[in-house]
Amino acid sequence: MLQEESDLSLIIAQIVQKLKGSNLYAQLERQAWASLQRPEIKLQSLKEDIKEFFKISGWEKKLQNAVYSELSVFPLPSHPAAPPEHLKEPLVYMRKAQGSWEKRILKSLNSMCTELSIPLARKRPVGEQKELLNKWNEMGTDEPDLSLFRPVYAPKDFLEVLINLRNPNYENGDSLSFRTHLGLIQVPLKVKDIPELKEFFVELGLTTGQLGIDDSTQVPPELFENEHVRIGQKVLAEQDSAAAQQYIRQGSPTALRAELWALILNISSQPEDILYYEQLKTNVIQHDLLVDSLIYKDVKLTASNDDYYFVFEDYLYQVLLCFSRDTSVLGHFAYNSASPPKSYIRGKLGLEEYAVFYPPNGVIPFHGFSMYVAPLCFLYHEPSKLYQIFREMYVRFFFRLHSISSHPSGIVSLCLLFETLLQTYLPQLFYHLREIGAQPLRISFKWMVRAFSGYLATDQLLLLWDRILGYNSLEILAVLAAAVFAFRAVNLMEVTSLAAAEAVLADLSTLKVMPLLQIFLFATVT
Amino acid sequence: MSRVSVPCHVKGTVALQVGDVRTSQGRPGVLVIDVTFPSVAPFELQEIMFKNYYTAFLSIRVRQHTSTLTPPKWVTCLRDYCLMPDPHSEEGAQEYISLFKHQMLCDMARVLELRLILRQPSPLWVSFTVEELQIYQQGPKSPSMTFPKWLSHPVPCEQPTPLIEGLPDPSRVSSEVQQMWALTEMIRASHTSTRIGRFDVDGCYDLNLLSYT
Repeated sequence: MLQEESDLSLIIAQIVQKLKGSNLYAQLERQAWASLQRPEIKLQSLKEDIKEFFKISGWEKKLQNAVYSELSVFPLPSHPAAPPEHLKEPLVYMRKAQGSWEKRILKSLNSMCTELSIPLARKRPVGEQKELLNKWNEMGTDEPDLSLFRPVYAPKDFLEVLINLRNPNYENGDSLSFRTHLGLIQVPLKVKDIPELKEFFVELGLTTGQLGIDDSTQVPPELFENEHVRIGQKVLAEQDSAAAQQYIRQGSPTALRAELWALILNISSQPEDILYYEQLKTNVIQHDLLVDSLIYKDVKLTASNDDYYFVFEDYLYQVLLCFSRDTSVLGHFAYNSASPPKSYIRGKLGLEEYAVFYPPNGVIPFHGFSMYVAPLCFLYHEPSKLYQIFREMYVRFFFRLHSISSHPSGIVSLCLLFETLLQTYLPQLFYHLREIGAQPLRISFKWMVRAFSGYLATDQLLLLWDRILGYNSLEILAVLAAAVFAFRAVNLMEVTSLAAAEAVLADLSTLKVMPLLQIFLFATVT
Repeated sequence: MSRVSVPCHVKGTVALQVGDVRTSQGRPGVLVIDVTFPSVAPFELQEIMFKNYYTAFLSIRVRQHTSTLTPPKWVTCLRDYCLMPDPHSEEGAQEYISLFKHQMLCDMARVLELRLILRQPSPLWVSFTVEELQIYQQGPKSPSMTFPKWLSHPVPCEQPTPLIEGLPDPSRVSSEVQQMWALTEMIRASHTSTRIGRFDVDGCYDLNLLSYT
């Protein structure tokens, strides 16, 4: 049909345009030039012969992986008349809400800046630069005075904003009616129900083998585990991103996880990438930013206090400080409803040539931000590779957890999905908790915003994040949150206050993620 | 293909409702928008483009110019086109939509007037409509030129001179040269849009406060 053909050519043109600026393009060009020496490349049929050469030598696979990666990350091109804001977020009232939330964050940061009389950015003197370079690998030993700093916002502040989100065209009315939502979220986004979730997460079904269930000590490994590991090794040998993404839906063996995640995220450590990371490190050494102190404070408050992650403190600084300087992250704002904060060089207010983004990557860290990086430290020990993996995970998934959007994986949809699942399948529990003033979302919000990092045991967390990568969606976070409530329902029915409900759900470190998900989705009698 | 916007006059929406508008509790679920083309002769419709605002289903009726003897009649050209898959939720509520000639049920050759019938069965929404309505007709075809005589009336094929031994076939050479020329043209035309990666201005990153605009 005419429309589909023109849509396809638009997608192809967009992907080609994006890939043209990448490393892969330069490498393919170099390979093509080098291949001219080979005897099988003839001048008459240059194009066909080079294409054949790429197929045999594995470069076509790399290109396939890059295209697949682009398709997974970028939304489909929208209508030609749609303005760029529409691609970021189609609903006008959500754009406005995100804009006013961002303004509040900027005001908070500006007031911190003026109160403490600390500049947003300053060039380090040479002596300080040398000192920082010397202790780059042990920045955790530094004990700067951070008592005056406070995080810009915490997840509970963000939750209040989401609770007050309203669609002006939605008939709310003063009295309770069929229109009012019983939970905290009051916007009518489309969320999946259990039959649709069963179809979406079909590989988590009772008859399919799972790592996290079928690899426990009681189950003989010949039944599932050995074969699964063998298939995983084959997928890695083939270097096929799409196959890896399908494979990881059943979980990843611990030994193969680091390589599988790198394959799915299409990260390969080239010399250029290591050089890029070193450049970011130089930027950190040259300029000192206010957000650096926020990062320090966050790491000290969260990861350093965690039993599993405190050993990685130095890695966290090395990744997060470089992340703040990375301007390539600005590219994700094309499909993120958020926008990077802007500022001007001192004395040049209003002049566009002196407009810059602050921080350079446009992302202001909040309380708990470092927990996105901490679990990755178990998989990757080389700082530049760890950095690349984290950056890709952020621009694909984590940014959706702290910006207001109508995307099915956005935090608003996840909250609504959680509340809807709980209301539909545990109505007594939901009613009871609501009556005692313990709206379930108040407890589960912090789990979802951090993608459960810091709440689950690390091996369980990595099994969960396997599925996030495999399904390219964050909806599993909402399903797991509902499953946790279902698991502790008996205890929760007996509590009489929000504090008691929080206490029942305070410790999730003993939970096994995959059995909970399987039971909730496939084995609950409705 | 090129398209040209047709200036149209969009009349105010008319709500269709059973009973008295003032006393009934509910809101109208059907709206009708008439679109006329006062200054344009009957034209061939190529595309209708608009921004949806919470309309669930769209039907379009068209009145076309037939021969001068019979009066023009209303014909349905689009029936219950779904804009929101779930009328109670936000999916598709504020999307940009284009409807093309080939999606219509009837021929759109000589359009006089259009009537858009909007339906929103869900009681959750305060209002619904379509915005930024634009109608397009087919753009002018490339102007016809007069070709030189030898181009439009080629001489009949002569017998090609026999090939001299050892030289490649001229037609094959010319096609290969064409291919290589096309490749070089593509390389010349391509340019990347990657960033350089610098966040400072000439080495300086000394900033004012963050700006709110």
